[in-house]
Amino acid sequence: MGGSNKPELIKDGKRLDGRSPDQLRPIKIEVGVIKNAVGSAYIEWGNNKIIAGVYGPKEALPKHIQDPEKAIIKCRYSMAPFSSLEEHGRTGPNRRSTEISKVTKEVFENVVQLEKFPGAEIDLYIEVLQGDGGTRAAGITAAAVALAASGIPMTDMPYSVSAGKVGDAVILDLNKIEDNFSDADMPVAISPRTGEMLLLQMDGNLTKQEINTAMQMILKSGAEISRIQKEALKSQYEKILEKYNK
Amino acid sequence: MQIRTVTEDYIKDLLDKGIREDGRELTSYRNISIRKGVIPSAEGSAEVMLGNTKVLAGVKLGIGEPMPDKPEEGNLMTNAELLPIASESYETGPPSPESIELARVVDRGIRAANVVDPKSLFIEKDKVWSLFVDVYILNYDGNLFDAGTLAAVSALATARMPKYENEAVIREGNLGKLRTENIVTSCTFAKIGKKLILDPDSNEEEFMNGRITIANDENSIRAMQKGLSGSFSPKELESLMDVTFDKSKELRRQIIQLGE
Repeated sequence: MGGSNKPELIKDGKRLDGRSPDQLRPIKIEVGVIKNAVGSAYIEWGNNKIIAGVYGPKEALPKHIQDPEKAIIKCRYSMAPFSSLEEHGRTGPNRRSTEISKVTKEVFENVVQLEKFPGAEIDLYIEVLQGDGGTRAAGITAAAVALAASGIPMTDMPYSVSAGKVGDAVILDLNKIEDNFSDADMPVAISPRTGEMLLLQMDGNLTKQEINTAMQMILKSGAEISRIQKEALKSQYEKILEKYNK
Repeated sequence: MQIRTVTEDYIKDLLDKGIREDGRELTSYRNISIRKGVIPSAEGSAEVMLGNTKVLAGVKLGIGEPMPDKPEEGNLMTNAELLPIASESYETGPPSPESIELARVVDRGIRAANVVDPKSLFIEKDKVWSLFVDVYILNYDGNLFDAGTLAAVSALATARMPKYENEAVIREGNLGKLRTENIVTSCTFAKIGKKLILDPDSNEEEFMNGRITIANDENSIRAMQKGLSGSFSPKELESLMDVTFDKSKELRRQIIQLGE
């Protein structure tokens, strides 16, 4: 939030990396990158490099955490100590990662059909290997693909992206520099089938009108993100098919 | 596991009729009272009663070092404790994700609204004030987010400012007030079935599937947090922002009154 030596983030309608205000960074998703995991996905979102992996469903342990009516999701979002251009980070959970793990878990509790696996746990791991702003959104987007690839039944495949404000301009998908000097940041996850929000966080300074503009940008970008997610899933099966046909 | 004192059907049936167990409208707060200066040893303190939810916030200032990337700013730290005394279901032990989320949402509102300007906490090179806000949950009856923010901001708005003289902190005697720039409050809504209600009590929180907290000042939204597995449509968010701008006027008035 704020800060000194603020660079000029928008010039002639273009951002530092040449994007227009409502333009996403390039996104690439690859499925099946962790052989041991039941489902996994690697996402490159701008300079973010993140792996998501799913284990389970399996018996929830310790036993007292079991829910006799449905499965529980355990989620760990974590940033590698070497993931930022700044100093070496600390290993292990901190307050920020604990909160992100919690809200990420809640996103997937909405769409995973937990009632199909009473007493079970589903483990969801999001490892940020390189972070460049918007890691929770990119992590959720990758985790949705990893869960779908694992075959665990879901009612929808959510995507997530952040919008925010620099100066007077509402912009989509803030990178790290933009985030550091932004006046607001608003990460959102959407269930594309219903158009409803599964994640909503925000801090900074936004009017109601600006929040509506940000939300429109997020919803509009969803078609593109969902398309990339689905293609990544599909290409996994196309590869299997190719092998089979040989 | 807590014994469910009210059934889900009972709460939902009432909401369908547009009423709540305690007779409130869907977008009404319970009674709110704020007492300032309840803990004189703290630089600032306030006890908030929101219905039967009781929250105490304490503000302390100490000497610290600035963060390396912000050498001209003091430090602000907000912590929240879900004390085991406050509820049958709270346990001792390391901070739960729930208490961390509560602390971070309260912190986000205070920071984003610039309630205390971190630059005003600068003393000299490598020496700044560290401002600690501790939110103590003493009795849980729902909506800790709004009660916590109210208590924290009330404590800040009425805190005294220690002096730093000859390498010593002077905490008593003739002291001025901690400089505050803004007031932030929050409104928290629960979603039960398809109904949206303001200021859920513990019975209602037991059956909510979604929660949204919106923190604002007079002109803009400063922080938001959605919680739990439920979902909200952008349209619902829009109407909740309207309710927030309306209901926050009274909350803000109560905090301003403390300083008079």
